Amino acid sequence: MNELLLTVLTLSVLGALLAVILYFVAQKFRVEEDPRIDDVEKMLPGANCGGCGFAGCRAMAEALVTRDNISSLNCPVAGGEVMGSIAGFLGKSAPQQSPKVATMRCGGTCAKRPKINHYDGALSCAVVNTFYVGESGCAFGCIGYGDCIAACKFDALKLNPETGLVEVDVDKCTACGACVKACPKALIELRKKWPKNRAIYVACRSKNRGAVVMKVCKAGYIGCGKCAKVCQFDAITVESSLAYIDSEKCKLCRKCVNECPTGAIKLEGMEPLPKEPKVAAPKPEVKVETAKNE
Amino acid sequence: MRTFPIGGIHPHDNKEWSKDQAIERLELPDKVAIPMIQHIGAPSTPVVKKGDKVLTGQLIGQSVGFVSANIHSSVSGTVVDVDGYANGQGQRRLMVVIKREGDEWVESIDRSPELKRECTLSSEEIIAKIKDAGIVGLGGAQFPTHVKLTIPDGQKAEVLVINGVECEPYLTSDYRNMLERAEEILTGVEILMRAVKVERAVIGVENNKPDAVAHLREVAQKNNYKNIEILPLKVRYPQGGEKQLIAAATGRQVPPPPALPISVGAVVCNVSTTIAVYEAVQKNKPLIERVVTITGKDLKSTHNYLARFGTPVSRLFELAGLPEGDVKLLNGGPMMGRAIVDITAPLIKGCSGITVLSGKEAARGKELSCIKCGKCVEACPMGLEPYLLSKLGKLQKWDMAEEHYATDCIECGCCSYTCPSYLPLLDYIRIAKQTVMTNIRARAAANKK
Amino acid sequence: MQTRLFAAPSPHIHGGEKTQQIMGDVILALVPALAVSCYVLGWRVFMITAISVASALLFEYLIQRFLLKGRTTIGDLSAVVTGMLLAFNLPVGIPWWIVVIGSLVAIGIGKMTFGGLGCNPFNPALTGRIFLLIAYPVQMTDWTTSVPDAISGSTMLANVKAGALSLSELDFVSLLGGHMNGSMGEIGALALILGGVYLLVRRVITWHIPVAVLGTMAIFGLSVAIPDGGATLWQLPLFHLLAGGAMLGAIFMATDYSTSPMTHKGMIIYGVGIGVITMVIRLWGAYPEGMSFAIFIMNAATPLINKYCRPKRFGTK
Repeated sequence: MNELLLTVLTLSVLGALLAVILYFVAQKFRVEEDPRIDDVEKMLPGANCGGCGFAGCRAMAEALVTRDNISSLNCPVAGGEVMGSIAGFLGKSAPQQSPKVATMRCGGTCAKRPKINHYDGALSCAVVNTFYVGESGCAFGCIGYGDCIAACKFDALKLNPETGLVEVDVDKCTACGACVKACPKALIELRKKWPKNRAIYVACRSKNRGAVVMKVCKAGYIGCGKCAKVCQFDAITVESSLAYIDSEKCKLCRKCVNECPTGAIKLEGMEPLPKEPKVAAPKPEVKVETAKNE
Repeated sequence: MRTFPIGGIHPHDNKEWSKDQAIERLELPDKVAIPMIQHIGAPSTPVVKKGDKVLTGQLIGQSVGFVSANIHSSVSGTVVDVDGYANGQGQRRLMVVIKREGDEWVESIDRSPELKRECTLSSEEIIAKIKDAGIVGLGGAQFPTHVKLTIPDGQKAEVLVINGVECEPYLTSDYRNMLERAEEILTGVEILMRAVKVERAVIGVENNKPDAVAHLREVAQKNNYKNIEILPLKVRYPQGGEKQLIAAATGRQVPPPPALPISVGAVVCNVSTTIAVYEAVQKNKPLIERVVTITGKDLKSTHNYLARFGTPVSRLFELAGLPEGDVKLLNGGPMMGRAIVDITAPLIKGCSGITVLSGKEAARGKELSCIKCGKCVEACPMGLEPYLLSKLGKLQKWDMAEEHYATDCIECGCCSYTCPSYLPLLDYIRIAKQTVMTNIRARAAANKK
Repeated sequence: MQTRLFAAPSPHIHGGEKTQQIMGDVILALVPALAVSCYVLGWRVFMITAISVASALLFEYLIQRFLLKGRTTIGDLSAVVTGMLLAFNLPVGIPWWIVVIGSLVAIGIGKMTFGGLGCNPFNPALTGRIFLLIAYPVQMTDWTTSVPDAISGSTMLANVKAGALSLSELDFVSLLGGHMNGSMGEIGALALILGGVYLLVRRVITWHIPVAVLGTMAIFGLSVAIPDGGATLWQLPLFHLLAGGAMLGAIFMATDYSTSPMTHKGMIIYGVGIGVITMVIRLWGAYPEGMSFAIFIMNAATPLINKYCRPKRFGTK
């Protein structure tokens, strides 16, 4: 009995003693922190995706609280509304940023861009990119081993086995930009998000001449520049035989889509314009009722 | 017998397929496509345009910057295009396409077969001639030779190490050169010794080529080549790696990057390069051709061709017979060679051979999980931890990869070769190495500002 | 037939060695010890080993197939090795259901919870054995069904430790041949050494770990025997090398890839650690045998050893 008592006693005393020491140590080494950081962190989505450029939501919250000017900070996952409310909470101003969505800009499906060799190495686009162009012979197209899929934390990317291309699930995409960094061919771009998943973009990144593109891919952009001529909003620029549609300037008028001889300009979520009979090419004055989809 | 200190593997050398084929002169092609980049460094600038007539040996690409090399026409004829064409890996590179009309050489080139041994030129004159001739390392790395021979201020070369190791399985071009052109090699070595001002040269040859060792020794003795030691080395891959060879031949270890061989007083040069040096210095002949092995178990015939640069790879297969079914074509040997996916691509300076592996021989095994056996650590000749670097590369932990010396990797492939779980170790280490090197360069550039 | 071009980064050839083959070599190396054990202890040895291997395979399959819902990897034979080593660590008279529980702990807790082959920090077979030793101490130390003319009830290590047996009474030749009490696999030092030599020749293991473990034990034994002097000088070290799980542990258990260090220097440190801990437990600890605990403790130190014993970088002093 005596032994038992002694054991209980010593342990209790030891416990109490250590607790006191712990208390003083905790006091001494306490880190002063703005309590608002916790609040802001709670307002952020907590995905820790790194889309903002910081290591995680906590780091972002710290930056939001400590920096005077937060206009350059944006959480793409939370969206403008949440960012606005955070700015309001902190008493700072932040410009509203329009929602964006990741867009994969390659249309070289298996049918249009046949494989000419068989890759047998590690299944990673980055590895393929270290030593050769890829299975199709197009040096700019989607490799299809899914580095972007692995990088996506929101399960928004899928490989379509039929086309061999990566597809974006617009509803799941938060535009965190992880896939943009992961793609060694820089195929993915964060573009303006239209309602009802509408989009127009050039699904080709090949800077090669038309003849070279056509040799490896039937869906490639051949650099004819017709799309740029037809565009009334200056949204399309052609540089080194590659067109780019600025999603901020584009009004979804869809004229360029009909002009493209290879179908390299992709239209999503909308019906294409009815094809007009090709009588005379330069008559832009006929159709002016564009931009109705706003 | 001597060899390098750590790591290494011993794959079957497979040299028997082509080692007895004497060097043949490959018939000149009707058309050549000569890339403007056949070296490490900046691409050369074309100095000819469409429609120009060129002679064999005429300068067509002028080197730009310090680490770069001149490019010469390998045939005579008319330039039909200067544009991007696919190289063996399908990547588009600027090439000068020449339609051949006869074979008319530039006049200053001495095409007589006699050996011209005596050389009274100064070190600077020799290096200038080598630079003009566009000579790069013919072992595969394609590093401009004149850069290597230019000893930085404050440093001194003590020994010239000649690489006759040819540790890559299958390849036999250096071996054939040592057997058939021994005297030119030795004269080339003498010239190089003059160029870097050393009294001693060592030719390292792996011991699976005893006849080459014996032949070189005999020729050296008979013709009184002094201070050139022919050193047989224990067969072990990657002995042909620059740092491994220096360690094997001299016992000195080059410190980790960015240190260069000169920091231990060594200058390394490939045996085939010494022939090119001899021809450039004594005969004014620019680098326009080399010996290329075409070998493989499934080929109808194997050859060692003396081929002009720009010859389409497909030309070799017309003669050797491209096997049907699944094959892997390699620019180089099976350990470090690059897979060729476009056979219309031209032969280039760094191509010591085309190896043809059957799909079965080359197919990768099914990946299992790492069992931490440590075999890659044991095999790594640079003393790295491949299993760890590979994982860091896969997880994109670039800072940690740098701490574990990803930049030391020489991409020899011993780790992947030895892994019992068939993990593609080097595939990911290569990414880590490239990214870390980019990061280091970016930091250096930022610091300069 | 068309020519199809393959492409992959270098290297394009492989040495041909497979995980499966390594495991097969280990199994083969264990066969002589199994044979000796069967000869000395009877056919029950074979039965217990079979139960252990079969249940290890079954548990690995079930866990991978239904719990983890991934691909099964019983084809790599690592579960067979775990099963065999576990059986080798059990007394021959053990009830079969305890063997099955041991397998479950070895595979389920020792291996699969950490992510399967190569990810386990502790030797799975040892995890199983230590669990059984603590959970079923009576059955795990019941040596009565062992060698007929040996002192029944306890192992030789226990007898020597308790003073029931003096070293000078020992017949070292019969110890070599397996004539002693003990777990099924640890008797027959000669057969175990034979297996070890095979593994060395096949380059499955390197000499570093076994030599470090056994060498440390011998030196430790020798230094302890110095005060006594005389014949003890060779008897004590030799006894500790041959008795108990020294050989089995040093050659087969400590050399397990995923739980031992990668570099040669690390292996030596790891081996010396095992040797010292084993001898400390054997001479002054509560248990007569300390091999499994020693390996277990050093398993835990392996990541640390790996961190500090990195290979020598080329070009550095």
